Amino acid sequence: MADVTAARGDLFSKFDPLIEMRANLLASGVEDPFSLVMEKVLSPTRAICNGRDTILLGTYNYMGMTFDPDVIQAGKDALDAFGAGTTGSRVLNGTYQGHKECEDALKEFYAMDHAMVFSTGYQANLGIISTIAGKEDYIVLDIDSHASIWDGCALGNAQVVPFKHNDIEAMEKRLKRIPEGAGKLVVLEGVYSMLGDIAPLKEMIAVAKANGAMVLVDEAHSMGFIGPNGRGVAEEQDVLDDVDFVIGTFSKSVGTVGGFCVSNHPKFEVMRLVCRPYVFTASLPPSVVATAATSIRKLMHGGNKRAHLWENSRTLHAGLKALGFQLGTDTPQSAIIAVIMPDLERGAAM
Amino acid sequence: MDRADVETRIRSLIAPFNKKGVEIEGATTFAGDLEFDSLTVMDFVAAIEDEFDIIISMNQQAEIENFGQLIDAVQKLQG
Repeated sequence: MADVTAARGDLFSKFDPLIEMRANLLASGVEDPFSLVMEKVLSPTRAICNGRDTILLGTYNYMGMTFDPDVIQAGKDALDAFGAGTTGSRVLNGTYQGHKECEDALKEFYAMDHAMVFSTGYQANLGIISTIAGKEDYIVLDIDSHASIWDGCALGNAQVVPFKHNDIEAMEKRLKRIPEGAGKLVVLEGVYSMLGDIAPLKEMIAVAKANGAMVLVDEAHSMGFIGPNGRGVAEEQDVLDDVDFVIGTFSKSVGTVGGFCVSNHPKFEVMRLVCRPYVFTASLPPSVVATAATSIRKLMHGGNKRAHLWENSRTLHAGLKALGFQLGTDTPQSAIIAVIMPDLERGAAM
Repeated sequence: MDRADVETRIRSLIAPFNKKGVEIEGATTFAGDLEFDSLTVMDFVAAIEDEFDIIISMNQQAEIENFGQLIDAVQKLQG
């Protein structure tokens, strides 16, 4: 085996440092944090993992919709009526009644004119960002942006200009230095998943608009939880009307898989023809869009669940703080309570 | 601004990031010789951008590997 990895021309040689780091970590006796298997899922918050009864604190299953009886029934009905999959692209043979119903539910949830469902949240960012920002345009984005946002930038041809996390002044300076006449897209997130902190969207969006930029906000971690109607941090800060594109996912509060973009842009529907990660992939299975649509409609009336989750967030945050852990935020700002570990070994051990 | 002037100003901006006091020449690389990680790169680029009131996009950064290339790029961006 050593001969193979040492061989010249092995394209895997570049991964050797990572392979070695992993081997050293496991040699120290910690359980491999990347080989967790859930043998049984007992509820949205409990599972048998590697043989042990485990409380699930890292699932993003914020609203527990994965086991909602109405959601499950909708999925079963769609599976029976429409089959296991669509075997086709949204623009060819992959748009079923369920996909339209899911997009209708999203339009209603966000009170917006257009909704486009992608096969994953990753593809939603990948597709929208790479398509709307062209060669002469500039994307100005937070340095802590999710991988799907960075990959959307990498897939497109725009000039990419990052700024320091949540730094309004740094963002403004960069916007002002962009050459006159160039198109500008500011990409922000409502909740950042690494620290669980929220963005000062009110101020940032005002600055973006004052400098003639369009604004895209990823609200993956806030949907169903933050804002009077669960529309996210932009709604909470009363600036949703100034957001040109909201990106979201079905794999967190909604409890299944898929992604979307909602917008009031009058020409938005053209995206269905020009957005390659939308066109050149199979659409979501009928059961998935049926569960998503049912879940989204239930989240419109999820006020009690929201209050309950805030309570849990505050309790967990206060408890961990009292135990002396270093947390991502001084006060709980979202349902992500990030615990900052001093090093890789202790992180893996936890 | 002439090249020597740009070089002097960039040298003083590198200093706080040059933790090991590496001798800096034209061919000194940021990732290899100076061991800049991605966060250091961001802070360093921000310092350069603010000093010269320019934008160095990620696309342009990908072409800049060493000190000499950075001086050339900054001088060009200043027009």
